[in-house]
Amino acid sequence: MRHIISLLMENEAGALSRVAGLFSARAYNIESLTVAPTEDATLSRMTIVTTGSEEIIEQITKQLNKLVDVIKVMDLTDGPHIERELMLVKVKAVGSGREEMKRTADIFRGRIIDVTDATYTIELTGAGHKLDAFLEAIDPAVIIETVRTGASGIGRGERSLKV
Amino acid sequence: MEATGAEIVVRCLAEEGVEFVFGYPGGAVLNIYDEIFKQDKFKHVLVRHEQAAVHAADAYARSTGRVGVALVTSGPGVTNAVTGIATAYMDSVPIVVVTGQVPTAAIGLDAFQEVDTVGITRPCVKHNFLVKDVKDLAATMKKAFIIAATGRPGPVVVDVPKDVTYHTTDFDYPATIEMRSYNPVVKGHTGQLKRAVQMLLEAKRPMVYAGGGVVLGDASEHLIELARLLGFPVTNTLMGLGGYPATDRQNLGMLGMHGTYEANMAMQHCDVLLAVGARFDDRVIGNPAHFAREQRRIIHVDVDPSSISKRVKVDVPIVGDVKNVLGDMLSLLKQAKERPDSAALNAWWTQIELWRSKNCLNYNRNSPIIKPQYVVEKLWEVTQGDAYVTSDVGQHQMWAAQYYKFDKPRRWINSGGLGTMGVGLPYAMGVQLAFPDAQVACITGESSIQMCIQELSTCKQYRIPVKVITLNNRYMGMVRQWQEFFYGSRYAESYMESLPDFVKLAESYGHIGMRIDKPEDVEAALKEAFSPALKERLVFMDFQTDQTENVFPMVEGGKGLSEMILAEEL
Repeated sequence: MRHIISLLMENEAGALSRVAGLFSARAYNIESLTVAPTEDATLSRMTIVTTGSEEIIEQITKQLNKLVDVIKVMDLTDGPHIERELMLVKVKAVGSGREEMKRTADIFRGRIIDVTDATYTIELTGAGHKLDAFLEAIDPAVIIETVRTGASGIGRGERSLKV
Repeated sequence: MEATGAEIVVRCLAEEGVEFVFGYPGGAVLNIYDEIFKQDKFKHVLVRHEQAAVHAADAYARSTGRVGVALVTSGPGVTNAVTGIATAYMDSVPIVVVTGQVPTAAIGLDAFQEVDTVGITRPCVKHNFLVKDVKDLAATMKKAFIIAATGRPGPVVVDVPKDVTYHTTDFDYPATIEMRSYNPVVKGHTGQLKRAVQMLLEAKRPMVYAGGGVVLGDASEHLIELARLLGFPVTNTLMGLGGYPATDRQNLGMLGMHGTYEANMAMQHCDVLLAVGARFDDRVIGNPAHFAREQRRIIHVDVDPSSISKRVKVDVPIVGDVKNVLGDMLSLLKQAKERPDSAALNAWWTQIELWRSKNCLNYNRNSPIIKPQYVVEKLWEVTQGDAYVTSDVGQHQMWAAQYYKFDKPRRWINSGGLGTMGVGLPYAMGVQLAFPDAQVACITGESSIQMCIQELSTCKQYRIPVKVITLNNRYMGMVRQWQEFFYGSRYAESYMESLPDFVKLAESYGHIGMRIDKPEDVEAALKEAFSPALKERLVFMDFQTDQTENVFPMVEGGKGLSEMILAEEL
């Protein structure tokens, strides 16, 4: 099962390596991991996408909570939540393909943020499967490079993770 | 008042009431050593290898319940210390290790004696710090002591770059520090406690399984009171020995891979299991699938939530300090009107006594060659069961655990989790310094003892009169045993060639050496070693023991607890 785990931790040097080290030492999966300081610069917010049985996920949340720098852990998958990921895609855009690419980007509510006479760079935001769908919708031969941030997640409604 | 970083380190240690710092100087910690030279609040013990410094600090902590302290220099000082840190981590022992580091400006430049200490120790510490600003030093030291000692205890490393040791700041040692990210649960959940007590009262075949958490959490008295109130059988893990008195009738002995027949059978067949400060590890319950074949309800008390439902699913998890939880359980039990079904309990005890009558720890007491078990039994007699016993790792460790009947907690000091050969002698040093008048025995083997034998020199310098009991069978005995059982008796590299003459070796360090070849000499030799005449002396006893002796009972790796190999009928 895929789980999205959100956590707040002290924004200290090495905080990321404690989490990453825990996952590798205990052989847990990491699909993606994103981290940045919050509005309170002493705190880092991390979103980890992982997979595992219920037992493994329970161990992951307990082990994360055990890290001395971790303040709070929430399995977003336990309730309604929103997840978003940002992708930048650089594609070849020449001839008739140029117009077609623009239309496909529009359908996916992507924005073209850099243009040359031979390329577009498209910015797309959404859940991971939407970004996957865009990549499937275009000709793989025109893709020059892609970069994805990994998912960030947040609970719906009143559900929140704060100190 | 202004102080240098080095002064701050030393004054923090003094403020914490540290008695001993075990360490080894080097470039990065010279300023700290200079301050140690100028003070008289604590004693520094110079070891001969940094690994031993951490082991000795660890044993000081295990035996006293207070935080142990080690101090090492950067680079190789740290890498040598890592084995000691990992050993303490696996057994949840509270220690603070202060490590020197190259100056902050040199970090990352592959400076002389530089190593990424925080990175290298991260997987084997409870927490670690790199102090980059002298202003953070005192608060960091305070946090280190708090984190090491509270919740599930463990080692904390404080890495101090050399420039931080000569920078100055106002020194003010905080009495305590709040950490928003660190608040271990201490009290058990009331609802869960009630459910647990109800379950205990309904038990027909109860069992108490008590681990190292009972010893570390100073919960022994509560455990004894609870077990006696209910009349339940108790087993101790390797780490929990002494948590419940071994000579008590309700104690079924140690469980697990080399546990007693009665303890393992009772674990497998009980209907309600109270696990306290234990973690169902692979050496304790064997194959979890086999363990799960029998239906039983499990109550699991532990201070670390991640120890619960890790290998075995439990019915009533209780997170909290074991002493608090057992205390609360006792109050609830005393208020309860019901008592356990006495007829069912009697029938259960009848079954247990049947298992016990197998006498699974029996061995040949008429052997013309010294049996290692016999040495441990005689040691127990000669020391009236009142010694502190440290061990190394292997067969001798299991025999010590099986045949030295520990009646008190914190008397049995061994590396249970990591299984570190070489701990025995430095462990004995740490204990003897903490308890100068106590009898301290290090039960070891000819292979293990050679891994930290250089500490005989430290023992000479500080007149540490431990008694080293070497069960010398000229083999890495446990390796040999597995090779005999599982590898067709192909003894690959397990024979210890070219042993030193341990008597002469001990004498060259200024100690007393004894070699004992015959069973009839064992008792007299031990009596002499522990006699008042030799109270001030380290005695190194080299017992020539039976090379073919194996540790029984044994649960083979991957097998179930009740699938034991027993010693041949005698």
